Amino acid sequence: MQTMRSIEPGQQLLNVENVSLRFGGVKAITDVSFDIKKGEVRAIIGPNGAGKTSMLNVINGFYHPQEGQITYRGEARARMRPHVAATQGIARTFQNVALFKGMTTLDNIMVGRTLKMQKSFFWQLFRHGPAMNEEIEHRKFVEEIIDFLEIEHIRKVPVGKLPYGLQKRVELGRALAMQPELLLLDEPMAGMNLEEKEDMCRFILDTKEQYGTTIALIEHDMGVVMDLSDRVVVLEYGIKIADGTPEEVKANQKVIDAYLGVAH
Amino acid sequence: MLYNIFIDPFMQMGGAPDLLVQTLWEGLVSGVLYALIALGFVLIFKASGVFNFAQGIMVVFAALTLVGFHEKGVPAWIAVILTLGVMYVLALAVERVVLRPLVNQPDIILFMATFGLTYVLIGIGEFIFGGEPKQMITEQLFLPRGAIDVKMLGGRVTFQKLDIAAAVIATVMIGALAAFFQYTRIGRALRAVADSHKAALSVGISLNQIWAIVWFAAGIVALITGVMWGARSEVSFGLDIIALKALPVLILGGFTSIPGAIVGGLIIGIGEKIAEFYWGPLVGGGIENWIAYVIALGFLMVRPQGLFGDKIIERI
Repeated sequence: MQTMRSIEPGQQLLNVENVSLRFGGVKAITDVSFDIKKGEVRAIIGPNGAGKTSMLNVINGFYHPQEGQITYRGEARARMRPHVAATQGIARTFQNVALFKGMTTLDNIMVGRTLKMQKSFFWQLFRHGPAMNEEIEHRKFVEEIIDFLEIEHIRKVPVGKLPYGLQKRVELGRALAMQPELLLLDEPMAGMNLEEKEDMCRFILDTKEQYGTTIALIEHDMGVVMDLSDRVVVLEYGIKIADGTPEEVKANQKVIDAYLGVAH
Repeated sequence: MLYNIFIDPFMQMGGAPDLLVQTLWEGLVSGVLYALIALGFVLIFKASGVFNFAQGIMVVFAALTLVGFHEKGVPAWIAVILTLGVMYVLALAVERVVLRPLVNQPDIILFMATFGLTYVLIGIGEFIFGGEPKQMITEQLFLPRGAIDVKMLGGRVTFQKLDIAAAVIATVMIGALAAFFQYTRIGRALRAVADSHKAALSVGISLNQIWAIVWFAAGIVALITGVMWGARSEVSFGLDIIALKALPVLILGGFTSIPGAIVGGLIIGIGEKIAEFYWGPLVGGGIENWIAYVIALGFLMVRPQGLFGDKIIERI
């Protein structure tokens, strides 16, 4: 990972070329191409069932597309496993919050550090020496994230007991703990009230500013999408119908039709 | 009759408290060992959702391997290390050959696969070590022998030193496992996998690696259980029956809870011995063999998720 060449802001970080994904006879994604540039917020939008989440699942290796190619950091890849995607710096959150419900906020975010902690099994058995120092060092980083996301008050609470909005925030924290190069957010604001949405918007923008993280975002709230994102790709029935800046997309007739529904 | 069932046993308990203490102690010791076996099940069930039918035979297999190495002239402590090595290889093999190809299959298929594993292990074990019962190498492992008599409550209570050692070792083992789960990176990763496979994958935890680790941990638990049980009787394939005793323990404690396995083990162990000693004579003995299942059955009606298990709430 460290040996890979670094990518300057504005350069292509991820390139999706002609990707098609089928489940049996159902076409989830058909021949979709788009790219994500380093440092930008890239939104993927579209009506329900357009294949947005499938697209994220393809990017981080949960699904393997039947056709097409994905190039990440200049390296084309065929199939990949999710935990390999994670080692290469791709983190994500899920539409229906996938947290470790029995564990505390702190532990959940610490799990995000798993890949960064490499001291041997042996030392860990005794929780001593190098492993102990490592634990302390990573704990510091996690406390910074907790601070950043303003969730100090729920550090020791099992996340299963938290309200939905806070769970989403913890999930973002866990993804940030991985210090990802590319962060995939699947509807980070779904089910939130206005105030929570504003907070989340702020966190996403701050993440981009402070950590220089590239973000791909699925979101239904058009106001949010237009405010946050640099470029938007629009999917409908698994096909890309538009791609461009928020203004361009907003003015695109196909997009308007897809959202308002038009008799074809 | 009612007198014999409901009053007389308690009169006996009150009349001879030393005997009661003795019975409780024996129940406690077998309870600790039940807890150890159940722990092996819980570890694997939590991390991979597989009910590992082979856990019982893993106990026998580990004990046989240990004794087998020793018979070949390997010093006891090196034999222990070699046996751990064998259990590690077994864990890797199970992950690679059984779990990985069957990932995402229904639970029942994985369960059946562990049935298969049971017979594979029996086959290999009998092929290499033969079918005769063997003596556990207690002395070479510095396990104490003999007994301590303590005068108390107007009588004498006998504590086998071996039983004391078993209780201490099991307690240390359980404590160490709990600490490992709670405070280390791998422990956290294990808990994470138990909670959500999807989320664990997304932060870069390799399920394959975790499965190998839990099977190895279950193998270590199996070895310790095997040594303790073997020391109290002998090492033979008959020992795998004790695995069936783990089932009521798990029903009592909940399949996903380590504290549950411990408490469940103790309840079953003590319940069994008390029932046998005080109520056994009424039915001509043998209560010990089935009372655990009756307790579990009663429990299922009241609290199907077990004492500490996760309550399953179905969304309708």
